[in-house]
Amino acid sequence: MSTVNPSAAVQVTDIKPEIPPLKTKRHPIKSHYPTWFFIPVIALYVVFFAIPTFSSFYFSLTRWSLFDSKFIGFGNFVQFFQDPQLYTSFTHTLVYAVITSGAKVLIGFFLALLLTGPIVARGYLRALVFFPVLISTIGVGIMWKSLLDPFHGMVNAALGFFGLPQPGWFTDPNLALYSIAGVDIWKGVGIATVIFMAGFVAIPNEYFEAARIDGAGSWKILRQITIPLSKGATATVIILSLIGGLRSFDIIWVTTGGGPGFTSDVLASVIYKQYQAGFYGLSTAGNVVLFLLVTVIMVPVSYFLNRKTVEL
Amino acid sequence: MTRQRSRAWISGIIAILVSTVVFVVPFAFVLLQAAKTPAEASNLSFSWPTNFQFAQNFWDTLISNDGVIWRAIINSAVLTVCSVAIMVVLSAMAGYVLSRKKSKWGPVVNFFVLAGLIVPPAVVPTIWVLQGLKLFGTLPGMILVEATFGLSFCILLFRAFIGNIPRELDEAAVLDGAGPIRLFFKVVLPLLRPVVVTVIVVQSVFVFNDFAGPLYFLPGDQNVTVQLALFTFSGQNLSFYNLLFMAIFLITLPPLIAYIFFNRQIVAGMTSGAVKG
Repeated sequence: MSTVNPSAAVQVTDIKPEIPPLKTKRHPIKSHYPTWFFIPVIALYVVFFAIPTFSSFYFSLTRWSLFDSKFIGFGNFVQFFQDPQLYTSFTHTLVYAVITSGAKVLIGFFLALLLTGPIVARGYLRALVFFPVLISTIGVGIMWKSLLDPFHGMVNAALGFFGLPQPGWFTDPNLALYSIAGVDIWKGVGIATVIFMAGFVAIPNEYFEAARIDGAGSWKILRQITIPLSKGATATVIILSLIGGLRSFDIIWVTTGGGPGFTSDVLASVIYKQYQAGFYGLSTAGNVVLFLLVTVIMVPVSYFLNRKTVEL
Repeated sequence: MTRQRSRAWISGIIAILVSTVVFVVPFAFVLLQAAKTPAEASNLSFSWPTNFQFAQNFWDTLISNDGVIWRAIINSAVLTVCSVAIMVVLSAMAGYVLSRKKSKWGPVVNFFVLAGLIVPPAVVPTIWVLQGLKLFGTLPGMILVEATFGLSFCILLFRAFIGNIPRELDEAAVLDGAGPIRLFFKVVLPLLRPVVVTVIVVQSVFVFNDFAGPLYFLPGDQNVTVQLALFTFSGQNLSFYNLLFMAIFLITLPPLIAYIFFNRQIVAGMTSGAVKG
């Protein structure tokens, strides 16, 4: 364009905008990261995740048949917290999440300590502990339902052999939820263990050596070095297992289906039951309750835990 | 030193004994049950099968209920392969741009990625969306939903990994005349091989083992997946415990094989994805 311009004065002003390209020359790559690479991800995320999540707040306030919805205010939520068949699931969810999460942290920590310490057959033991993480929850559920069968099950046969009481693991209303939690811990402790192991291995060896030279015993090393310096791993295990516990459905549905009665119903199983019964509005209200519960617990927990993470 | 070695042996032997009771016996129980006759299996006892008919039960399970298990295996295979392929390619693209381009939208994107990990999916509204798109109860619809649910995890892994690939490489490729698409697919993507393997294996196991997803979004006998088939099987075949346990064994095989070959990647993927999450 400047070649056909006869006026020198204009040419000077024309050159001026040429200076910024000098600046961009230092980052010539920038345009090579096309923003449209996001479009497919955003499309999927919006259509199958964001829209359902946001619309669930509206539909939870309606009587809904999927084709038309009638606004009824907070009726679904009132029903949810008045009907004992429904609101007990709320407490069950909390109890279940806290028990499974706490046990996974404690057992996982202990196992990781054992498996990073001096021990023979480490690889075999690690593989064994981790394997249940990978197999189908449905398969695990059926397997444990047979093992814990009150009359024929192997566990009760063994307990009977030693003259111990033989509880109805999944059939006793006071025990069912805890039995399921036990199976959940059995299946999920492997992931907690490998996270803790990764955390322990990341602690520089000098810390342990220095402490040992200073005459610290193994208990003191554990309390003063291993536990504080693996806070990141602990935070991860707590967060992951809490989320998993709060959302837990498969293992409960396959072992007891929420029973006996409603004694092992959690929010996720109530959501499914109400969906099956055709109460879509009520089911979605349950979903919103679960969403709020997860948010209310996870936001402060993750804030608190991440703040206390020690940088190595 | 000898004291430490003997301690290693003692704790090792105790650990092996305990882990045998806690972990090996249940798995052995599944295998033994799968080899028994129906009458013997219904006892649920931990005993050696008097009539060892593992191979026969294997075939009986495959052909029972008009070969529903075959249909389930095919459906699960299609679902797993397609959804994992979609989420790997799309989230690699997104994670790549996310890690290379620093923008003021970073915190917002982070928020949505984490939300995707934490927030429980709103199931019935998702069904409503799928129905609106005429995808409810179809395999393509289920594939897209599974792909969406896996995005956050994959993006986090890819972003962390791409952050370690030097930018100079991109610059060199651009100087050699590569456009943005060539740069990504020909230069960056091949370098992501280790993390791609991790993501593929971990997500395949997740999708293959998913039960709630197909339960809600993929009803109907034609579309049955292995987890649903196993669940239905456990409800109706109480007189054929041997076949039920054979089915459990069959469904455990793919993750078992994946674990044998990709042990390192699976553990790395689950721990690193977890630490970032």
